[in-house]
Amino acid sequence: NSYPWKANPIHFLQQRRHFCMAVLPNGIDRNSEAFTRNSNAMDGLISDLQSHINKVLAGGGDLAVKRNRSRNKLLPRERIDRLIDPGSSFLELSQLAGHELYEDALPSAGIITGIGPVHGRLCMFVANDPTVKGGTYYPITVKKHLRAQEIALHCKLPCIYLVDSGGAFLPKQAEVFPDRDNFGRIFYNQAIMSAEGIPQIALVLGSCTAGGAYIPAMADESVMVKGNATIFLAGPPLVKAATGEEVSAEDLGGAALHCKTSGVSDYFAQDELHGLAIGRSIIKNLHMAGKLRMMNGLHNLNLDYKEPLYDVKELRSIAPADLKQAFDIRSVIARIVDGSEFDEFKKLYGTTLVTGFARIYGQPVGILANNGILFNESALKGAHFIELCTQRNIPLVFLQNITGFMVGSRSEANGIAKSGAKMVMAVSCAKVPKVTIIVGGSFGAGNYAMCGRAYSPDFLFLWPNARISVMGGAQAAGVLSQIEKANKKKQGIQWTKEEEDRFKTKVVDAYEREGNSYYSTARLWDDGIIDPADTRKIIGLCISASMNRPLEDTKFGVFRM
Amino acid sequence: ESPSRINETTQRIEKILVANRGEIACRIMRTAKRLGIRTVAVYSDADRNSLHVKSADEAVHIGPPPARLSYLNGSSIVEAAIRTGAQAIHPGYGFLSESADFAKLCEDMGLTFIGPPASAIRDMGDKSASKRIMGAAGVPLVPGYHGSEQDIELMKSEADKIGYPILIKPTHGGGGKGMRIVQSPNQFIESFLGAQREAAASFGVNTILLEKYITQPRHIEVQIFGDKYGNVLHLYERDCSIQRRHQKIIEEAPAPNVTNDFRSHLGQAAVSAAKAVGYHNAGTVEFIVDKGSGQFYFMEMNTRLQVEHPVTEMIVGQDLVEWQIRVANGEPLPLSQSQVPLLGHAFETRIYAENVPKGFLPATGFLHHYRPVAVSSAVRVETGVEEGDTVSMHYDPMIAKLVVWGENRAAALIKLKDCLSKFQVAGVPTNINFLQKLANHRSFEDGNVETHFIENHKDDLFIDPNNSLLAKEAYSSGRFSATLVAACLCEKECSVLKGSPPGGSSLHPIWYSHPPFRVHHLARRTMVFEWDNEYDGSGSNDLTVTLSITYKPDGKYLIELGEIGSPGLEVKAMHIHDHDFRVEADGLSMNVSLATYSKDETKHIHIWHASHHHHFRQKLGLDLCDDDETQYKTRFETASHPPGTVVAPMAGLVVKVVVKDGSKVEEGQPILVLEAMKMEHVVKAPFAGYVHGLQVTAGQQVSDSSLLFIIKGHNSTTLVFSQLFLLGIMRTGIKFSVV
Repeated sequence: NSYPWKANPIHFLQQRRHFCMAVLPNGIDRNSEAFTRNSNAMDGLISDLQSHINKVLAGGGDLAVKRNRSRNKLLPRERIDRLIDPGSSFLELSQLAGHELYEDALPSAGIITGIGPVHGRLCMFVANDPTVKGGTYYPITVKKHLRAQEIALHCKLPCIYLVDSGGAFLPKQAEVFPDRDNFGRIFYNQAIMSAEGIPQIALVLGSCTAGGAYIPAMADESVMVKGNATIFLAGPPLVKAATGEEVSAEDLGGAALHCKTSGVSDYFAQDELHGLAIGRSIIKNLHMAGKLRMMNGLHNLNLDYKEPLYDVKELRSIAPADLKQAFDIRSVIARIVDGSEFDEFKKLYGTTLVTGFARIYGQPVGILANNGILFNESALKGAHFIELCTQRNIPLVFLQNITGFMVGSRSEANGIAKSGAKMVMAVSCAKVPKVTIIVGGSFGAGNYAMCGRAYSPDFLFLWPNARISVMGGAQAAGVLSQIEKANKKKQGIQWTKEEEDRFKTKVVDAYEREGNSYYSTARLWDDGIIDPADTRKIIGLCISASMNRPLEDTKFGVFRM
Repeated sequence: ESPSRINETTQRIEKILVANRGEIACRIMRTAKRLGIRTVAVYSDADRNSLHVKSADEAVHIGPPPARLSYLNGSSIVEAAIRTGAQAIHPGYGFLSESADFAKLCEDMGLTFIGPPASAIRDMGDKSASKRIMGAAGVPLVPGYHGSEQDIELMKSEADKIGYPILIKPTHGGGGKGMRIVQSPNQFIESFLGAQREAAASFGVNTILLEKYITQPRHIEVQIFGDKYGNVLHLYERDCSIQRRHQKIIEEAPAPNVTNDFRSHLGQAAVSAAKAVGYHNAGTVEFIVDKGSGQFYFMEMNTRLQVEHPVTEMIVGQDLVEWQIRVANGEPLPLSQSQVPLLGHAFETRIYAENVPKGFLPATGFLHHYRPVAVSSAVRVETGVEEGDTVSMHYDPMIAKLVVWGENRAAALIKLKDCLSKFQVAGVPTNINFLQKLANHRSFEDGNVETHFIENHKDDLFIDPNNSLLAKEAYSSGRFSATLVAACLCEKECSVLKGSPPGGSSLHPIWYSHPPFRVHHLARRTMVFEWDNEYDGSGSNDLTVTLSITYKPDGKYLIELGEIGSPGLEVKAMHIHDHDFRVEADGLSMNVSLATYSKDETKHIHIWHASHHHHFRQKLGLDLCDDDETQYKTRFETASHPPGTVVAPMAGLVVKVVVKDGSKVEEGQPILVLEAMKMEHVVKAPFAGYVHGLQVTAGQQVSDSSLLFIIKGHNSTTLVFSQLFLLGIMRTGIKFSVV
């Protein structure tokens, strides 16, 4: 029989598992009650997410969009669509940044960022959305811009800035202007990246006022669009106030002035489409000759990869509706890796951390995934596995679902802090690409050991059900109420049961709100909330983007033995 | 007389030089090869890489592109034959095929001229002389004047005698060149002079004859063949009534709706005509048949192999080129009259590079895509071009002849329609759509043909832009095609990306997976096509089709017309290979072919599906990552010409400028005469006014759509402005503020 798979799929699988230990079992019972419950819960979360996403995809509202169109301007995502290679993919980042962060809605923080190929070269796009508050920079806008630059710097991606912004949002200047990671950092990053040979390209498609004027000015090459683009340090109203001079925006800083007279810009575009076309040809002409190290290329790749054996859409049915319930992370891995093949390392030791080798779209990866609380052994196993991967230059994928390290006297006596520190040391120093996906809880030091935001993974994404906090709400309420009770006792105040409960509820509520995935993604603690069904795809794209940089040797610090 | 003894002494032909180009050269060489005869091609500079050159065993360069310096240059052709050791020259049709001088030259140089004796060519080449001979031989003639006295006044009085309408034509040459119909006496002089001029330019002789013009004529011709022993037979007739600009475009054999009695009478008359001039080799006797009376008259005899000879070959099952060679070798005719079979029915359509809506003006250009139908024993494609060739302005713009055969006329016609719908040409405008309309016309299906067929049925054959019902139908068909185009382009792009991702080995192909990935939304794109239709020449906005394409997760495309949110069509496209797709749309699965090429900053897309062929244009821009010549330039659009602007209708040579720049002209007054493809085109004033910007001079070559002059009103300020405007266009340095 030439189709054993079709003839008897279960028997075929069992046989395959018998001979090849690597193939993971399904791990999901589609007919179980839990499957239905989990699917329903996740469907609810995804439809919520999609409704939020649909709002931000619409930009700054019908009126602003219409006004934008009337000026022959495209929306920022449309601009990017026309810059990347036709028919290619685009990995957009932090779509929900700024979500319910300010009194006004700020869709996608007023700036679209993401990675896509232009003439076969991956580029980082940073595109102002002029329909959102005139493209001005709120504090979170700055943060999102800087995060994009951080990724670009780290992954050596040429930056394309699609400038159409009114500059800093003045009412919030105190949070936008002065600090290190504020507005000025944008230009600092441009200078540093340019110095490293990472191309900085600005396409000025609209206004570009005040501080924003430095984006094209600091760029290696810049394009201005006739009629729409203006660059000036001070706009006509400010000029009139300052000097009394009356001048039109076009004469003050239009494309003709800057391309012909001032030399602030290099390419004169007839219209927006022309401008975007010039942008494409600039990237085409980059020639990274002599900088081949920056184009790591496809090494050790198996492009003849197999899709997972199980439907990736079932990833929407794994995360339990109840966060307290555990699930076998292997059922997630089985739906992420090529052919569901996973060669597990130290399978029988420290079983609460699953480690092993696999490929994603043919790219080798080392996976660390939580299957329960971290014990001494799990942490040691994790540190060991990270060392292995750094030695072999294998990118790391962290699948976080962790409530933390084991506490208690026995654990402390066994030196859990020491073991945890080893893993944190290994994670911190590993120079291989790192991608973290939070598929469930991310609590306490578990967040650190599993490459949380502070450990600079190249990319970090959340599933909609993800929760991030220093500890669980109930635990925090317990700890805080005990301290509060003790304080009150010192002051001789009696705490009633009702008062204590009210106090606890308040803490639990705050943790509930602040531990939510939207709270995280709005503040850019991550690079976006993803549909679990997209996990494999997104990890694949992230690894590919992070492999753009040259190899770097890892040097670990002192491991406490 | 027994030919066998002569055969032994005559040297047989082992190598032929074909003194022609294009499809006929290829066709002759094909037969020669089959007979084991080696072939020599001749070529001008314009044909260096042509198919006929590649098809030949050897090829000799004979001169620059203009025919009179190459393919009409008898002495260099004879020299080429001698140099290559060819014993015979086959002249094909056109060029030197009916030059008695050339035939004589060949004989003098010891070469066999594959054709009739020089004397017969001379007799028949002079139309007036030929009619005299035919009259004497008892072949019926059309009333007319065939005298050598060419005084214009005499000619006019002769015309009055015959009665209008009158046909004026040169005594030499053929193919309708220089022919004119005169409806009334007051048009006579102008037409007569024009015919003279054209005759002189094309044939070197400017004598003219006059004939009664038959209002309901059919053009029926008889293929005759003679050997060197006085045997002449006919191979039945061909009906060539479907003509435009006096040139045949559909020919068929045998003629429809004629009796066997008529057929044999006609054949007899043709044989008598040939015998009267001592004819041998292939020839055609053309008759004009008066549909009303059923009377036939001798028109002329063509002393060559005709363009449309394949239809005869199909119904008699013979290779006429082989017969020609055998007769030239001194062999007797292989069949006797009674042995000639009549099998089924055959059609030939001539596929021309021409602009049908512009009055069938010849077109030139690059054949970006050329895929004729598959040939079989019942389908022949006679072609002299290949994909990548140029249809130049120097020669006849015929691309190919499509010949089909069927058991009977109806069966052959079905095959013809099918083949026409599958005949793919892109890069130059062609008459294929028009031929399809002809083939599908009820009267044509009934065999109800006459030479005025196109004129009489023009309402059915040409689209009346005011017919909103037809236009609406056409638009919905065009929009549907645009939808298919969009899906096929996306699918093609996807398979190109899969085959060779732009990143090469430096970027993981995951970035080009299909459908393209987006975070939490579907990838979408917009395509804007300009639809090049025949329904509306005004260039209104209706011709722009905007499509929004959404990549569905299952690989299908949701295609919406115009605004997003309009009811869309879900299309699934499969790229089979190269240009071919299988497309599913609206519950219908069909074969679709697509050809694309870029020219003048525009991407041209041709689509063929079912019996439809549409042409769309797409402005080159960001959608094309692969084209290097996408450099943006503001285009000088013809649509932006001020009113009254007259542009060259086609590429050609200015032969005469009738008025001076700045002079006052009436509506319809001739301004200049343009010659292209050996045809004169009078460019007239579109309305009354003053001529401005007329800078071309006689002898100057102009390109298609180039500005010739502008007709302006009487106002002198407009005059100045228009001149400055023109300068402004040509020299960007001049500013309008000067005015």
